[in-house]
Amino acid sequence: MNGKKMIQSQTMRFSNFFKLLMAVAMMAVTLPGWAQLNIRVDGVGGTQINFSAAPFVGNDGLTEDIKKVIEADLERSGFFKSIRTTANIVLDESSTIDPVAWKGIGVDALVVGSVRKLADGRLDVRFNLHDTVSQKSLGKFSYVIAPFALRLTAHRIADFIYEKLMGEPGIFATRLAYVEKAPGRYRLVVADSDGMNPQVALASKEPIISPSWSPDGSKLAYVSFETRKPVVYVHTLATGKRSAVANFKGSNSAPVWSPDGRTLGIVLTKDGGSQIFLVDADGGNLRKLTNTGAGINTEPAFSGDGKSIYFTSDRGGGPQIYRMDTSGGGVSRVTFSGDYNISPKVSPDGKTMAYVTRREGRFRVASLDLRSGAEAILTGSSKDESPSFAPNGRYILYATKAGGRGVLAMVSNDGRVKQELASSNADIAEPTWGPYNNE
Amino acid sequence: MTNLKGKLALTALALILAACSSAVPLNDKKVESKKGSSPSSVKDSGSGIPTVTPDANRDPLNDPQGVLAKRSIYFDLDQYDVKAEYKSLVQAHAQYLASNPNIRIVIQGNTDERGGAEYNLALGQRRADAVRNQMRALGVKETQIETVSFGKEKPKASGSNDSAWAENRRADIVYQ
Repeated sequence: MNGKKMIQSQTMRFSNFFKLLMAVAMMAVTLPGWAQLNIRVDGVGGTQINFSAAPFVGNDGLTEDIKKVIEADLERSGFFKSIRTTANIVLDESSTIDPVAWKGIGVDALVVGSVRKLADGRLDVRFNLHDTVSQKSLGKFSYVIAPFALRLTAHRIADFIYEKLMGEPGIFATRLAYVEKAPGRYRLVVADSDGMNPQVALASKEPIISPSWSPDGSKLAYVSFETRKPVVYVHTLATGKRSAVANFKGSNSAPVWSPDGRTLGIVLTKDGGSQIFLVDADGGNLRKLTNTGAGINTEPAFSGDGKSIYFTSDRGGGPQIYRMDTSGGGVSRVTFSGDYNISPKVSPDGKTMAYVTRREGRFRVASLDLRSGAEAILTGSSKDESPSFAPNGRYILYATKAGGRGVLAMVSNDGRVKQELASSNADIAEPTWGPYNNE
Repeated sequence: MTNLKGKLALTALALILAACSSAVPLNDKKVESKKGSSPSSVKDSGSGIPTVTPDANRDPLNDPQGVLAKRSIYFDLDQYDVKAEYKSLVQAHAQYLASNPNIRIVIQGNTDERGGAEYNLALGQRRADAVRNQMRALGVKETQIETVSFGKEKPKASGSNDSAWAENRRADIVYQ
């Protein structure tokens, strides 16, 4: 497929859709008093790709600087290094570039593009990714978008570049969910992967914990204490419609979606102890998987193939992580180091488990190679909680404390790259990384 | 690329929703809500200050000096067994409930702030369940008790120190 065809097909695909978008964009408002998260990056990957992004022609005066968003995304990943060039370069997606000259100043990949305002108010964003080593274009695309989608589009371009050069999908256009905590005020927030564009899904005077994304990214399941006890809700983000899927006598908690989106793993205490159940996503067809009498079985986490459930149990004394079939059989212990291992999450490829381990009183994110059993402690902090994998498996998002405040942090799965996302005015907790944004 | 439409639709709809307030209706009941501080025992003296008048037939539940006024059981780190010093407290409530089978309670388990939210929720539940199990053994009906957990989510004492942690490792008996 040549570049021109790609541009045409993208434009066609979006044209009808924009009648709707333009209508709803008029009703959009900015949330007052809503601090976005600030990012600090620490460490880089083992190898880095040198790239340069030219200013997008026509970007002046728009709400977002596409070049800056792309640079920030790629640099934050830890696997890219931005080579700064003179600011007055004028190159767009159609410009002929001299790959040898760019390679000569250390640039392996060059991103050029433009943005143009259309008569109906939409923007036409175009870019071209040049590989100066192979001296080829790696792709040329156009996005026709509503102005408010400019930042998301820049993330999409960064994802394209990341995938072409890293050989695995990028996660810049994905979202995070987390809980903002202030005294007597709790907010379930959905934000972009860089912490920008935070949107409140739910505000409550009572705690909210354990948000879990449906695989298609359209819903969150979570635990809300709004009725003065923990109850599991499923909440559709686009409509705000929510319903209790588990509200039994006792505590209802720890929801997690099966990979096919049809089933939730939950924890109920109605029969004694904390026991893991499966329930259909609409709240029907409840079936019990664990039955240890008085003990604790919690934090179910599906493997990527949906065939196994990892969970935390105190059946051996302190909390350790176990694995079972989705029928509840075939239970085996997974963690053996340390006396407190909780919050398992399995990587999308099924090879690694992330969890929180307590060592000498410090709670840290660790990873376990599920085949070899090799463990790596990934963080040096002491109050880590709630790990979750990015959908490409490359990063683990978790909550920790910095300066006495709850913050979000990310660590690459080899422990080399760390990022911290902090709010200026609130405690952040219970993060979970969303899936690729499927329809 | 094919998924951009969906993302934009969600973003647009999310913006609409943000424009309409999405606050949920909430129950503002206090944690220690106590049913039965009956209006008959409280009279306005006329000075605007409510005064409590002694009542020989008063419900022992409402006697601030009585054994039933104590409604919190404290636990050691990572533990959920009811310590000997709280047995008489649990026994007093159990006897009251056994002789008043229409009265219901919720036992709310709590933990200190250390560790994960869900494991602490389960640990708080074990504490609430431990109190319930003693009451059940003393003749309180299953239907009179609900045990729930707040985990580490609703600390009574703020701060990250031993005394705050000790205060928060607790089960509260809440009459309905």
